[in-house]
Amino acid sequence: MPEVHQIDIQHVAKLARLTLSDEEATRYESQLGGILNYIDTLTRYDLDGVEPTAHAIPVYDVLRADEPRTGFTQEQALSNAPKRHADQIQIPKVIE
Amino acid sequence: MLASSTIAALRKGITAGDITPRDIVLDVAKSIEAGNAEIGAYLSWDVEAALAEADRADITKPLGGIPIAIKDNMNVTGQPCTCGSRILAENYTAPYDAGAIRLLRASGAIPFGRLNMDEFAMGSSTENSALGVTRNPRDLSRVPGGSSGGSAAAVAGDLAIAALGSDTGGSIRQPAALCGCVGIKPTYGRVSRFGLVAFASSLDQIGPVTKTVEDAALLLNHLCGHDAHDSTSLNVEVPDFTAAIGQDIKGLRIGLPKEYYIDGIHAGVSASVQAAIRQLESLGAIIEEISLPHTELGVATYYVLAPAEASANLARFDGVRYGHRSSSAGDLLEQYTKSRSEGFGPEVKRRILLGTYMLSSGYYDAYYIRAQKARTLIRNDFTEAFKKVDVILSPTSPTPAHKLGELKDNPLAAYLEDVFTIPVNLAGLPGISVPCGTVEVEGKALPVGLQIVGKALDEATVLRVAHAYEQSR
Repeated sequence: MPEVHQIDIQHVAKLARLTLSDEEATRYESQLGGILNYIDTLTRYDLDGVEPTAHAIPVYDVLRADEPRTGFTQEQALSNAPKRHADQIQIPKVIE
Repeated sequence: MLASSTIAALRKGITAGDITPRDIVLDVAKSIEAGNAEIGAYLSWDVEAALAEADRADITKPLGGIPIAIKDNMNVTGQPCTCGSRILAENYTAPYDAGAIRLLRASGAIPFGRLNMDEFAMGSSTENSALGVTRNPRDLSRVPGGSSGGSAAAVAGDLAIAALGSDTGGSIRQPAALCGCVGIKPTYGRVSRFGLVAFASSLDQIGPVTKTVEDAALLLNHLCGHDAHDSTSLNVEVPDFTAAIGQDIKGLRIGLPKEYYIDGIHAGVSASVQAAIRQLESLGAIIEEISLPHTELGVATYYVLAPAEASANLARFDGVRYGHRSSSAGDLLEQYTKSRSEGFGPEVKRRILLGTYMLSSGYYDAYYIRAQKARTLIRNDFTEAFKKVDVILSPTSPTPAHKLGELKDNPLAAYLEDVFTIPVNLAGLPGISVPCGTVEVEGKALPVGLQIVGKALDEATVLRVAHAYEQSR
């Protein structure tokens, strides 16, 4: 008997920094439930003691020399900012 | 029609002095202007910029003067990079070249034109693009596959000589199969992901979409290599992949996973692949049945790991540094949520929600860690199989191209179409799709793709088998 997935979709949306209309919330809740039921395939196998794989071809401890190098100019870094002021990115006021 | 030609042929023409890079760019531009309204492969193309590059192209370089079309998720300085999304459509111009683009330029090639794709590469039909419809050039009522649907449609429809795609769960191989061209996903780490807008970082890989296997080898030669900007980039020798072209396959061992040859494969696809197996046998290959016992876990594992990684990667789209910023937001939090909610399309939201849920407190072990463990089993399956065989053969996709809109409201059914391509990404292996005939559906000949998967870093054998098969048909 597959577990019925109870998803508090509005809570998940809040964590994901998304706002959902009621219509979207209903649709996603039902679709995600279906997908999660399918993902329950994973519970049919005994995975105790199996090492997790993060990358198929792992490369460990990649460090570069701690030396200065050229990067973006200020203009390049700001070139796509939606709103600029005094060579900085402008956002709504955070601290009153 | 130079746009219908191959890299290999055009390079001969350039070297002989018969054609110039300018001729080629102009001809490709003409083909785009004539055909793109119907096919919709390109989102944008800058003829003037490409002509300027053509005029100063170094034709002594191996790909000198060849225009290559680019999937719209790779940064090319001065060009858009929309990822098929409204969130990057209005006001993003790439300030740098991706690692793969740097190598491509160093080989003399010209990045020309931006190709449509499923939004942030999430999908297998290109229908999830927020910016336009791409149609399959073999049957305009059908999808080109995806997510690199623009890449495959441009190459198969002769609107490009060759293209770059990216492949997270089949996104190069499946559209190549459905449109009838060649697409190869290299070993994970072969090609730099620097400047490729990240979808699922442990799975994403850039690769060529071409008209021939030889062109795939040529292009791959100039995409692979270590890049200090990508910490997962492999610092290994890159062989000359064209050396594999033309070698015979006598005695080569080909594995057929018994779990793959199952119900649910379209009869015509099955017949085409069976014919290809007989053809390879007649060329001297030894065919063996093998087992990949955890095949059933592939799609479920992928639909945990890919959305989880995507939900983290796409957190960067917050309306602050680049991309869409909502004009109606009051405070900073509202700016985040409104910018994202206005900018992302339905499939992207679906996967961000799925990934966020599975990574949230209390669910992380049950989903993410469990899927990473399943990934180990899938990878071990391939390791065991490759003790017995040199390559593994399957259909690329279980079905030919669907009608536009056919799977629109059934995301799970669409996900299951990736059953043969997903395990290859999970195991990080190289895989190619090469055309293997057509099936007749409603009076149209729809292409079928044959997938050949090799050992890690053994693209050479994959290309060798693909080329031997291609030339014998």
